[in-house]
This record gives sequence, structure tokens and C-alpha cells, in this order.
Amino acid sequence: MYHAIVFLPLIGALVAGLFGRSLGAKASEYITSGLMVVAAILSWIAFLTFSFSDSEAFTVPVMRWIQSGGLDVGWAFRIDTLTVVMLIVVNTVSSLVHIYSIGYMHHDPHRPRFFAYLSLFTFAMLMLVTSDNLVQMFFGWEGVGLASYLLIGFWYKKPSANAAAMKAFIVNRVGDFGFALGIFGVFVLFGSVNLETVFASAAADLTGEGAEGVAQAGNVMNFLGYQLDKAHALTVVCLLLFMGAMGKSAQFLLHTWLPDAMEGPTPVSALIHAATMVTAGVFMVARMSPLFELSPTALTFVTMIGAITAFFAATVGLVQNDIKRVIAYSTCSQLGYMFVALGVGAYGAGIFHLFTHAFFKALLFLGAGSVIHAVSDEQDMRKMGGLRKHIPLTYWMMIIGTLALTGVGIPGTYIGTAGFFSKDAIIESAYVGNNAAAGVAFALLVIAALFTSFYSWRLIFMTFHGKPRASADVMHHVHESPQVMLVPLYILAAGALLAGVLFYGAFTGHAEGEHAGWYNEFWRTALFAGPDNRILEEFHDVPLLVKWSPFIAMAIGLVTAWYFYIRSPQTPRNLAAQHEGLYKFLLNKWYFDELYDFLFVRPAMRLGRFLWKRGDGWLIDGFGPDGVASRVLQTTGRVVKLQSGYLYHYAFAMLIGVAALVTWMILGGAV
Amino acid sequence: MAGMPILSLVTFLPLVGVLIILFINDDSEIAKRNIRMVSLLTTGFTFAISLLIWIGFDTSDPGFQFVEKAEWLDSGISYHMGVDGISMLFVILTTFLMPLCILASWDAVQTRVKAYMIAFLVLETLMIGVFCALDIVLFYVFFEGGLIPMFIIIGVWGGKRRVYASFKFFLYTLLGSVLMLLAIMAMFFNAGTTSIPDLLAHDFPASMQTWLWLAFFASFAVKMPMWPVHTWLPDAHVEAPTAGSVILAGILLKLGGYGLIRFSLAMFPLASAEFAGLVFTLSVIAIVYTSLVALMQEDVKKLIAYSSVAHMGYVTMGIFAANHQGVDGAIFQMLSHGLVSGALFLCVGVIYDRMHTRDIAAYGGLVQIMPRYAAAFMVFTMANVGLPGTSGFVGEFLVLMGIFKANTWFAVIATTGVILSAAYALWLYRRVIFGVLEKESLKAMLDLSPRERAILYPLVVLTIFFGVYPAPVFDVTSASVDALLSDYSAALDAARAAADVAMTAN
Repeated sequence: MYHAIVFLPLIGALVAGLFGRSLGAKASEYITSGLMVVAAILSWIAFLTFSFSDSEAFTVPVMRWIQSGGLDVGWAFRIDTLTVVMLIVVNTVSSLVHIYSIGYMHHDPHRPRFFAYLSLFTFAMLMLVTSDNLVQMFFGWEGVGLASYLLIGFWYKKPSANAAAMKAFIVNRVGDFGFALGIFGVFVLFGSVNLETVFASAAADLTGEGAEGVAQAGNVMNFLGYQLDKAHALTVVCLLLFMGAMGKSAQFLLHTWLPDAMEGPTPVSALIHAATMVTAGVFMVARMSPLFELSPTALTFVTMIGAITAFFAATVGLVQNDIKRVIAYSTCSQLGYMFVALGVGAYGAGIFHLFTHAFFKALLFLGAGSVIHAVSDEQDMRKMGGLRKHIPLTYWMMIIGTLALTGVGIPGTYIGTAGFFSKDAIIESAYVGNNAAAGVAFALLVIAALFTSFYSWRLIFMTFHGKPRASADVMHHVHESPQVMLVPLYILAAGALLAGVLFYGAFTGHAEGEHAGWYNEFWRTALFAGPDNRILEEFHDVPLLVKWSPFIAMAIGLVTAWYFYIRSPQTPRNLAAQHEGLYKFLLNKWYFDELYDFLFVRPAMRLGRFLWKRGDGWLIDGFGPDGVASRVLQTTGRVVKLQSGYLYHYAFAMLIGVAALVTWMILGGAV
Repeated sequence: MAGMPILSLVTFLPLVGVLIILFINDDSEIAKRNIRMVSLLTTGFTFAISLLIWIGFDTSDPGFQFVEKAEWLDSGISYHMGVDGISMLFVILTTFLMPLCILASWDAVQTRVKAYMIAFLVLETLMIGVFCALDIVLFYVFFEGGLIPMFIIIGVWGGKRRVYASFKFFLYTLLGSVLMLLAIMAMFFNAGTTSIPDLLAHDFPASMQTWLWLAFFASFAVKMPMWPVHTWLPDAHVEAPTAGSVILAGILLKLGGYGLIRFSLAMFPLASAEFAGLVFTLSVIAIVYTSLVALMQEDVKKLIAYSSVAHMGYVTMGIFAANHQGVDGAIFQMLSHGLVSGALFLCVGVIYDRMHTRDIAAYGGLVQIMPRYAAAFMVFTMANVGLPGTSGFVGEFLVLMGIFKANTWFAVIATTGVILSAAYALWLYRRVIFGVLEKESLKAMLDLSPRERAILYPLVVLTIFFGVYPAPVFDVTSASVDALLSDYSAALDAARAAADVAMTAN
């Protein structure tokens, strides 16, 4: 069954990619979507059977891969709770996006290619989440990067799309640089890259004699000239791995590619840049929890980056005018939330938010796609407005998505949207978290929740309320999307409303005590928490104000957005004019693109040109072959005409001469 | 099959083709066609026979197999052939690329077809000979002899600056080979034999190893090529005809890497350990420097040539990391690079044949009229970038892992190569393939012809196959690499023990 779940999308991709032109667009769409639906149903079966069983994690071998000395890496699936949770997230969203794309892309002449890429992406993502070793994870990791590159640049005639695709791939490669080094480090430390072996060995370090082993093992790794003992070596390895996660999950400093990635078709943004690929970093850190738990320093760093990202991206989201970019920054910000959860050790809460976020963010993106579809491919919210009456179904779906994203619910009860459960769990965990960054993280997350609420409702009000700002011609063509696009929205909306209340106990419930949820029965060994990690018990018992803080932040954001964009539309303009510097700073995304261009892109090019012209051309060639040649020519130039024919005779004669010489010398020597 | 001199058969079979071609004394179209056909059949048949070597190869035997030995002139030098796990796959790579080269030259070469094909067939014999030779003099003859047909191919069928390019090529390699020749003589005087297996078992004195290592290194470093003796390669590639570039990148560069493993690392372990830092330094410079230079190139072939230098930097690093992952990775990287860079040059050949320019700026938007070509080029670009799932990944990853075990500084710097390679390769792809098809001249271009598909598709398949399932390669190499590395560490241990003894004796 697991083979089918992973390889059906690959089959779909190959069929659509290789034979798409002869099969035709319709057939390609149906084949890829059909296979995806089958894979999604199988994933749910796998999820339910696995979570209701008491099976331990197990491995499904597929094939040999790389064997070299002590390194033995195979293609294999590791099946545990984390895997099956990711399977349903990936395959559910992917199959819905496939179906939605049938409607959304129906004007496009390259549909077989589009569906092939989508399925290829799904395959790579599945390889990532099922991998039982780090190298296969790296395969999936870069595979989704390739698919993302191809899909962002899908409309290859647009220079901006090509630039965005390249940027996404290269920035991700910066992260992968760290990930690869992290893998090497794991191999040096543990002598293996297979998760089973690594985790067992890490657990041994933690308990009993191993704990002393950590302290007393002496230097186990030399990194950049520093002799590191095992604890420090683990920190270095975790930080390197996290660098990969920062790239893939668009965290602060490596986030610049994600907003640009919105150049791709909207279903791509929903699938790759909201629900699945960008959460790969979160998945990876959770997967590697047995290592991260051993390194408080690394976890503090994770918390810090997560909190900064959540705050930073939310501030930028406040002022963007492109409907997709607002949601993109929102994604970036929500990923920050997830990392904070991981950083304070609440792995369950992080994965829970990943799970619920997949539903409501895919819903928001696909809803935005439906809006864009309705207004003739316009993405600027300043040219929308008043669409509520024209596309009511889309409107209500977007409302549900927004309610879920902003985390509407009644604190202290089990009534609320998906985001209410997962986001509040994270904020509460941050409050009780005991690493150095947790306090700051809590404050930043609450502020970010306020901003989230503001920009989400701003999006709704600017798009659907008020007077239409689009041209009469566009407004004349506004139409509700076809059922093939709306049905996926309904399903995602159901997920956005219910995913929280249904899975709350399983993902984040108490591990023990009176409110004991199913946490331990559900996760079993998939997520690892050290003996000192009591966060799961503690975060349920926080002061009332903390419990209400996200709700209050959400309410303030909503009211402000209502005041700014419905009650008094002049206010935001006046504010922007008053604080022009700040507004520009936010609008230009804190000037990161300009900074990186100045720091990295230009110097690299200048250096490249310099090395080429001066290094190779002037220094090496000038003093090497060209210099020698001109010397030779000076002395013999008048005598010998250096015509091509002559040169070869020389070469020939010389080499034969040399060969003869050797023979003679050695003959002489032997006799 | 036992007793059949299969290595000699594979080595000299191309010469049979030469013999046949010599009889075609005619300049008509039909004669040209016949010459091409004969060359194709010869190389194809050679490839088929060479597969028997792989089939009959005993993967558990670390030593030389299919050994043939005959005395030569009663001089101590012998005609001694054999392959082990390190050299065998290079023979297959050579015989595999050859028919593709002949096919790639089918329409591109119209002048002096007879001489061209003869040059290629002779080149094939000499290159296979290098990998099979078990006598160091024989090795030298093949090694240096292989340059002659290459000079001729670049100089006669090359581009505008072919004279300059071949002269540069000549000057560089001359320097190396003279030193290697002296080293070979010195080795003979010390060990009293020219047989490679005997030399491998011989312990050269430590001080001598240093000089011998440097002399061999001079020759192999030029061949690889390593920074800073790499500047002949971009020029040679740019001027060479497509098939010449394929052989140059695919096989000739590997002679250096093969030599470094077979001679430098295996025969001079003490010197290798001593000079590892030097090699690492030159290699990381090569990786970063040439990647940056590649970024700024305006000529497609030059860009790929510079990227070759960067990729060979991984090879040299891996070899002198002198651990399993490093050496396995280096061998795999060479084989993979043989396929991938060969394929990239063939891809350039496809558009060069149509437009007769290598200027990147002259292209753009090709995906609209050449989707098949764009897809194949994408696969090779990704393999060049080292994307997992392509053969380019396996070697690069193993090498970097090996380096990380040896020295993290070099590993970190070398790993930046994965970022830079993505930058230059994707930028090239974007400028050539993506974008709007604006240039009138391009609009009439046709997608891959059946002949071009026959060349590129097998390479696409192999690139992905060896990325997903490299086990056949590692099965072949592991025993020999094992033996090589245990000899290597034994030699180092012995030297260390001797030093300790000397210490205590004092």
C-alpha cells in the first residue's frame, strides 16, 4: 500500500510528462488527478489503520541506493505517526489542487506539462516525508525544490517568473548547503545516516552512562578548526540541519524567495508554497527531534528565528497590495509560529499547526485563485472591491479560511476553528517554554496574531466589500467559478473548520494527568521529547490572560481592519502619508532584496568577471602559455611559420621521439 | 570465453575499422556515408564486446582481471593488459561514448571525413589502452599518444581560433609529460620493473615519493585540469568540434583522475598524505573560482568547460581525502561527469549545428519550438547541478562527505559549489531555453531529429538510472577501492611506526 501511495503520483507524472502530447490535455488531467485521488484515499486508510493500531514505527524497504564503505543508504519508507500525518496532508491537498487546476488552468495550452509537474512535486514530497534516512530526505528535499522551480517558472515567457524560479532554487540551495553539511556531520557523529540508527544512538547518549558519555566523550568532531565535544558537535549539526529548514520553510534571512514564488500559477502557490513544501522544514525538525532535544542552544535558535519570522512577515503583510503576496507573507509568518513551537519543545503543537494550516491556507490560496479567475487575472486588491455579491460562494469560503487563520474560537471551550486550536496551543507553549528566547517569542507571537487578524480582514474587506474599483469591463465579466474549482474549496473549508476540534486531543493532548489525551498513543515514538521536556503538561495550565491573549489580539486586529477599510477608508492613506518612511520600509519588505543584491549578487558577478579577465586572462595565460608562446615566437618566429599543419607535424614528431626515447632508455637500463 | 584476449580485442578493434576506412579511396557522398557507417558499426561493435568485460567481471576480486601478458623486445617492458574495479568502468564509458560521438559528427563534419573518422578510431584505441595498460611504459605510450589525434581533431576541424587553442593545449601537456617521463625512468631504476602490479607492491623511499609524486602530479593536474593549469581547457573546448569536446570532457579529463588514483595515491601513499592539503587547496580554489568565472561567461561551451573544471575539483579532492566515500565518490563523479558533460556538449552541438553560434545571447525561448530538446537539456542541467536522483548527485555528495571526514574547512568551502553551480547552470538554462522567442532567426529551428534523439535519450536514461540505482558501479569498484585504501593506510601506519622506532632508538 505504501508503495502505491508514493509511486502512483510518479506514474501520473511520467504518463502526463512523456505521453501528454499524444494523450491530450483532458486525458492527462484525469489520469494524474485520478491517481492522486486514489493515493489520497489510500493515505487516509493508512492513517486510520496506523493510528488505531499500536504498531511501532516500521520500515518498508524499496531498493538499494548508495553503498560506500561505512555508508549504506537505501531507498526505504519509514512509517510512523509523523509519516502518516504528512501523507494525509500532502495527498489530500495535492489531490484537491489537481482537481481545482482542471478548472483553473483550462485556458492554458500546456496543461499536460502542468499536471506532470504537480504530480512530480507530490512524488518528491512523499519521498521526503516517508524517508527513513537523511539522504533520501535530501532527495525529496531537492526534488520538491526542482518541482517548485519548474512550477514557479511555468509561464516561462514572463521574465519575472523565470527570475523568481531561479531565485527560489538558488536561495533554497543556500539552505541545502547547510542541510548537506548537517548530513555529513550526522554521519561523522553517528557513523550512519539512517534515522533508526541515529536515533537509537542519540537516545543512548541521553540516558544512563550515555549522559556521562556526552559530557566526557572528549572531542568527537573538528569543525572549522574547533575541537568539539559531543554536545557541541550536536549543536553544530542541528544548526546546520536547521539552515536547510530555514531555506525550505522561508524563514527570516532565507525568506526572500517565497513572495516572489507567487509568480507561479495560484494552485501551485496553494499546494507548494502554503500547504506542503514550505512545511518540509518544520517536518524535518520534528523528525529530527531526538537530535534537537539534545541541543538546547539549537532549540533556542529555532525559537528565535521562528518568532522573528512570524513577526517580520506579519509586518510586511500589513501593507502589501497583491492578494497572493499578502497570503504568502501570512504563510511565512505562520511557519514562524510552527518553528517557535518546535523550538520550545512542543513538537506536537508544531505539527498540529502544520496540519491545520495546510487546510486553511490552501483554502485561502485557492479562494484567492477563484477571485483572480473571476476578475480576469487581476491580483492587485486596489483594483478589486465589492465582489461579495458577485462571487458569494468564494466569498464565504474565504471567510471560513480567514476565521481559521485568525484563530476564531471561544477560549476555554472546544468551540473554534482549526487555527484556534493549533495557534493558541503554540502561543501557550511559548509562554511556558523554558528556553531563553521563549519569553520574547511569546510577545512577538501575540503581536503577530494581531497583525495576522488585521491583514487577513484587510484582504477580505478590500476584495469583497466596499465599492467595486475594477473597470466596468472587468466587472461585467465577473463570474463564480465552476464546480470543479468550488468542490475542493468546500472540502478544504470543512477541514479548516473541523480539523482542530477533531484532532486536538491526538496532536497536543496531555501526555498524562486528568485531561490525558491520546498524545502518547497517537504519536508513540514518532516525536521525541527529552525527560526534562514537560511542556505538554504545562501549556494546558496557563493563566487566563495568556489563554485569552490571542483572542484579544485577534479582536483588535479585526476591529482595526474594519475601521480602516470599511468605516473610514481615509485613515490608512493618511497613516501611510504620515509615516512614509515606515510604510516604504514595510512595502519594500525591509529592503532585503536590495540588501542581498548589494551583498551577494553583484559582488559575485564582479568577482567572476575579475577572475575571468584578470585571473585567467591576464595572470595565468599572460605569464603562462601566452607569455611562453610569445617568447618562443620572438626568437623563432621569423624562421618558423606557425601554420596549423606544421604544428601537428611537430607534435607528432615530438611524441614519437619521446616514445622512442623511453623505449631506448629502458632497453638500455634493462640490458 | 576464457583465454580470449578480450581487452586487446576491445582495444584494437577500432583499428580494424581504420583499416577498412583506409580502403575507401573516394570523395563521393556515398563514400562519406560508408565511412561513417563503418565507424559507427566499429564503435558500436566495440561497445557490445566491451560489455562482455563487465558481464565477466568478478566483483569480489580486488586485483587485476582479464590479464594478458607478453614480453616485448625482451626488455623487461611487456605488453601487459588488465583491468580492476577502478579502471574497468572507464573502458566501458569510452566505448559507450564513442558511437555517440560518431553519430554527433554525422552531419556536422563534412570535410576530410575519412581523416576525421580515422582520428577518432585511433583515439579510441589509445584511450582504452590507457585504462587497460598494466605496464607503465605502455601506459605512457597510450597516455601521450592519445594527445596526437586530439591535437589533430581540434586543429583541423576546430573553430576560428583552433591554432591558438591546440597550441595552448600542447604547451601545457608537454610540460607535464616531460616530468612524468623522468619520473617513470626514476621509478624503473629504483624498482627494477615497469609492471604496474609490481610497482604497486613496491615501497618507494619516502624522499623519493615526494619527487615522483610531484612529477606525476604535474602531468595529471594539467590533464584534469586543476587550477591554475586549467586555462587550456576552455579554449580547447570552444574550438573543438562537438564530438571532440565530448571526448575531451568525457574521457581525456578522466585520464588525469585515473592516473592520480592508480599512481599518485596507490604508489606514493606517503607523499599523497603529505600533499593532500595542497590538493585540497587547489581543488577548492578551482571549485569556487571557476564556478564564479562560469557565471559570467557569454559563450555556452566556455561556460560548460569552466563548470567541468569545477567538477573535476571535486574529483581531486575526493581522491586525496583517501577514505571510502571520497575515492568512491571521485570515481563515480568521473563516470557521471563523463556522461553528463558529454551530454551537455552534445546539447550545445545540437543548437550550434542549427545556428552556428555559441553566443548565449543569440538564443532564448527555445522551449517553444524545441520542447524535447528543452526537456533533455533540463535533465543534464540538473545533473550538472548535482540534483539528487541524477548521477551528478551521487559522486558529488560522496566526495563532499569524504572531505568532511578529512577536513571540515575544505568541506564547507567546497560545498558552496552546490550554490554556485545552481546559479550558473540555471542562469544559462534561463537565457537559452526560457523567455520569449523573439529572434526571427531562431523561429525556424527544428526540434531534435531522430538521430539526435538516438544520441541524447540514452544519456538521459543513464543519467537518471545511475542517480537512482548506482549500485552496479559501486559493486564493481568496492573491492578494488577497499584494497587500495587498506594498502594506503597500511603504508601510512608503517611509516608512522618506523618514525616511532626511530624516535625511541634515539
